[in-house]
Parts: sequence; structure tokens; C-alpha cells
Amino acid sequence: MMASLLEVDGLTKHFPVERGILLSRRFGTVRAVDGVSFSLARGETLALVGESGCGKSTTARLILRLIPPGAGSIRFGGTDITKLEGEALRRVRRRMQIVFQDPFASLNPRMTVAETLEEPLKVHGIGSRAERRARVAELLGLVGLASYHAGRYPHEFSGGQRQRIGIARALAPNPELVVCDEPVSALDVSIQAQVVNLLGDLKRELDLSYLFIAHDLAVVKHVADRVAVMYLGRIVEMARKEDLFAAPRHPYTRMLLAAIPRPDPRLKPAPIASGDIPSPLDPPSGCRFHTRCPFAIARCRIEDPKLAPFAPGHSVACHRTGELPAMALPHMATALPPNTERRLALYAALSGRG
Amino acid sequence: MTSLLAIEGLRTVFRQKSGEVPAVDGVDLTVERGETLGIVGESGCGKSVLSLSILRLIAPPGRIGAGRIVFEGADLLALPPAAMRAIRGNRIAMIFQEPMTSLNPSFTVGKQIIEAMRAHDRSLSARALRARAVEALAHVRISAPERRLDEYPHQLSGGMRQRVMIAMALACRPDLLIADEPTTALDVTVQAEILALLGDLQRETGMAIILITHDLGVVAEMADKVAVMYAGRIVEQAPADALFGDPQHPFTLGLLGSVPRLELERERLLAIEGTVPPPFALPSGCRFHPRCAFAASACAEIDPPLAEIAASHRVACLRAPLDQHGVWQDRETVSESREIDRPTEARAW
Repeated sequence: MMASLLEVDGLTKHFPVERGILLSRRFGTVRAVDGVSFSLARGETLALVGESGCGKSTTARLILRLIPPGAGSIRFGGTDITKLEGEALRRVRRRMQIVFQDPFASLNPRMTVAETLEEPLKVHGIGSRAERRARVAELLGLVGLASYHAGRYPHEFSGGQRQRIGIARALAPNPELVVCDEPVSALDVSIQAQVVNLLGDLKRELDLSYLFIAHDLAVVKHVADRVAVMYLGRIVEMARKEDLFAAPRHPYTRMLLAAIPRPDPRLKPAPIASGDIPSPLDPPSGCRFHTRCPFAIARCRIEDPKLAPFAPGHSVACHRTGELPAMALPHMATALPPNTERRLALYAALSGRG
Repeated sequence: MTSLLAIEGLRTVFRQKSGEVPAVDGVDLTVERGETLGIVGESGCGKSVLSLSILRLIAPPGRIGAGRIVFEGADLLALPPAAMRAIRGNRIAMIFQEPMTSLNPSFTVGKQIIEAMRAHDRSLSARALRARAVEALAHVRISAPERRLDEYPHQLSGGMRQRVMIAMALACRPDLLIADEPTTALDVTVQAEILALLGDLQRETGMAIILITHDLGVVAEMADKVAVMYAGRIVEQAPADALFGDPQHPFTLGLLGSVPRLELERERLLAIEGTVPPPFALPSGCRFHPRCAFAASACAEIDPPLAEIAASHRVACLRAPLDQHGVWQDRETVSESREIDRPTEARAW
């Protein structure tokens, strides 16, 4: 059994919202992350999936101690890091790094690529000047960039290339855990594919563990070992990838899967009337999803379901798990038309990526 | 029967230090009444510039260099400004990708919708306009429309703002709606609803839609016919079924292969290596050939025109239709055919 690299228990973060200029009055609270627990094993990729406002990005930043947690605990490599400060925290930080979503905002425009990649090494006191130089060259090679890119500035690169630089920067101090916060959402689909493939290769080569944050379940299916679905600050379903996609149990997971547009005109989408996501300032009573749930019953409006194991390795937060009919799975229906499949196979073969 | 919109030889250029550079470089397209045309391509391929060109919204350093845009029989490029204003927002409407930046944050939603309506019909009273605005919001399924009229854009969610944009666009019952990446910035469940809404509104009003997107799933769901753009040109155009069932251009194949799919167990996604060439540094011959898995030596020399290979199916590729050149055989034959030089044999067209 793989050792746990990361253990998160009851993680909570509320943001107070204040009104007024002279006398700030407490207007309400955004319960961004509201009792999140999970563990990540070494060498595993856990995906955190959800839509805007579900708390996935805040969860990632809490784990990295980029924002102070409200309540709950975070254990990394067996050590409780929830309250760490100063030098102790700095030493932990080099073991956990992050790749950000926006390739245009996450690189300092006034630093060359070499300076950007060297910075983590300098901060953590890794290597001599010459060793840092060599490491920069090594990192560029790892992410498929050329050595002459080292002297250039971010604006000289495309979005996909900038994302590679961000990945190289995250790898610089040789971390064990890399948090990927929607690393491909801002990229064109063919560039997404390049970066997704790269992340997979790096994981194998460097023995990394990933916390992969995404809103696109299709991308998640390619990268994740386990998946946790979040909604309004909570995890509503968590399972191994195969189980989640074969038999999704929570109505929100099913809604997400059904909503994905399929690149096949023969598959017409099933109509879903879901309404808008409630404001995190004012979440619904009882089960937070009940206002959009086609299966809601009276109990759902009153009682908040806990995340509970339904099958080995598969937890769901729903009162009606097991009662619901099996999901009609249009997403598992067909392959592409045979001509197209044949040509894609040929394309793959010719590109040298079988 | 004339098409609702016929674009002929459109060329839109931007002036740079090195000279004028084409963002749209010779595009022919038609849109029929009630039809949905999907334009697919990646960043920098020229699809947004194309949509702005149709409405003559190109400002310096850009300008429309050549071509005709014939809408209901009249060339839009030849119209005087007043006549063009009567069409823009009225007969042809547009919705944009980022509803937060396309709505004015300083004015209420109601004020903006009414402004759009009043620009094209000065005869209505204030009360009548307000009633029409409420109706427009209700029509795009916004709850409590009376109250929403007096709210500001920042008080609405992304999905609601996009609905407001759609309401504004449809307020004058246009014949053609141009939707430039209307759902890219939205969550996937909201996207599904907006697309369903657009489909319903189209059936109701009979308007045509030009849908610009990089998402092949959205195209498959909405479009009747599809044009694939690369580096300012159309490289493949076909009815939606034909594009997905019989894709001919290698770039189209690359796009289809890059899309992560739920039903497949593929370990690696098919990626198109390399990046889109900038318009000031285009390759010789076929613009896609440096990234093409099927490129033969002729592809670096000859720039293939867009030509018809089947009914309503056009491709700009020397090696298409792929079956005829025997490319679709076993790997052994394929590696041989890569060396074969077919500059003059290419195709009769």
C-alpha cells in the first residue's frame, strides 16, 4: 500500500464579507471551503473537479499554505504543516510546488526565463551559480524547450510555451507534490494535448504526485488516478477514476458528465435544466445541491448529507445513493465513425505516438 | 436561391512595421437562411477577425483589403456608414466571448437593452421599451426579469450576463446572429444551457447563426456545416456529419485527435506538434506542412487551393482525397508514399 504523501482533514476557510466604508459591517460569509478531507498517496494523481465557486482553487492554496487555513489540518509527508511558520515552513515549501492556470499572468514579464527558473533555486539555497545554470538547462530540456529560450522574456512565447516554463519553474526545486491549478484551461485544444502529455511523462520520469485541479472531466479522465468532485465548498463524490466514470453516483457528477459537449454530431445532448449555481454567500439549506437536483426529496431540503463510503474507495454525499436509476450513459455509447477512427490511428502512427 | 450571406475572397490585413500582414487571407463562405455555420480554429487563425469584418468593425491598423460581403443581395463593404449602422445590431447581431467586458459595467442591464432597442426604433415610448425589455429577458429564461432590469452586470453570474447579451442581440430580431465563442468563459453546465437556449431561439425565429469556437464538441452539437480555419484560410469545409465522419485535412484530424474523449481509453492524446505560424512568417507552400504528419515534399512548394472533393465538401490539401492516394493503407506503404513526389499529378481541379 502506497504511503500517504498528503492528508487533509476537515479543511475549512471562510471569507468574511464586509460592507461600508467608515464602519465595516459584517455582511455575510463566503464559505469557500467547508470541511474538505482527502488523502493523496505518493505517485498518485488526485483530481479536484468542479465549477466556478466550488472551492477547488482555494483548497489548493490552503494546502500550499499560500493562504492561512481557518480550521482543519494538513499533513504533508507525515508532518503536520497546518501551523508551521518561518524556516520550517520554507523547508516544506520546496517539496510542494504549483503550476498556475493563466500562462500570461503567472510569469514575471520583467524576468528572463533563466531568471524565472533560477529564482526557486536561489530562494531555497540550492546549488552554486554554475550548478543553477546547469539545472536551468536541464529543466528546459525536460519541458521540451530549447536552451536558447533561456535568455528570452515571457512575451516572446506562446501560451503553451509559457505554460511549459511555468511547469519547469515548479520542477526546479525537485518537489514531491505538484499542484496543477487548471494548467490547460486557458490553452487551445491541440496545445492542451501537448501539455497534458508532458505532465504525464514528467510524472513518470520524476516520480511526482499531482493534485490536479480542473473543471473539464474529459481532461481529468486522461490524467487522474482518483477524482474528487466539489460543489460549493464540499466534496460530493470521490472515487477511483474508473469507478467514477463507469458508475457516477452523485447527481451533480452525473450532471457534469451529461453537460460535456461531444465531438460527434450523431450524439444529440440530453436536455438538462439545472439553473444557476447558488451564491456561496447564501448556500441552500440541507443538501447544497438540492435546488438543482432532479432527484431531490423532502429530506434533501432539511438534512445535509455527509460524505460516506458507498463502495470500497467510492464515497458519496447524497441521501439517495443506491436508490437512483443507473445513469443512461451517452458518453460511453460509441466510438467515432470508423473512417475517422482509422485515420486518427494512422495519424497517431505517423506522428510517432502510437 | 441566393444565400443570406455570401463572403467572397475576403482579405483583412493589419499594418505592422514590416508591412501589411493578412489575418484573413482569402476566405469564401456562404450562410443560408436558418442555418448554423460553425467556424473552428485555434488562437490566431483569424476567426474572430473574420466575424468582426462581416460587421465592418475592423479599426486601424486593420482594414479590409479585398473581397465582398454580400448580405441579402447587397455588398456590405460598399454601403455608406448610415446604411451599415442600420444593419449592424439590427439585421446582423453579434455576441462576444466575455460577457463582463462586453457589457458596460456602469449602466444597468435594462438601460443597455433599451439603448439597443431605441437605436433601431425611435417610435416606442419609454414604457413600451421597458415592457419589451422585460419580455426580452424573460425570453432568454432569466428569472425575475423585472428586477434584473435594474441590476448592474457585476451583480449577475456569467451565465446570466451571457443571456443578457443574447437578449440584446435578439431584441431587433436579426436575420443573422454571429456568436464569437459565446460559451468559452462559462462553466460546462451553464454552457449546455446557453447552447440549448440558442438552439431554441433559432428554431423560433428562423435566424441563421455563425458560431465561432475552438471547441469541436460545441460545433458537433450546433452546426449544420463547418469551416475549419488555419493561418487565415479555410482548410476544410463540409456539412457537420461529413466533417466528423470523413475528415480529410490533416489539421482537422489533429484537432479531432486532440480532444480528450470520455469514451476512449487512449493513454496519450494526439497532439499536433509545433505552433501556429505568425502571419508575418508563413511557411512556403502549404501553411500547415511543417506540422503535418502526412507532408510530402511537394507540400513545401505548392500552396493547395480549397477544392471540392465530394458534395459540399472542400479541402485545401494536395494529398486529398486521401483514399485515392493510397495513404490510408498499412504503415509500410505509408512510409513509402511519403517519399513519393507528386507535384503535377496532384489532382485535376
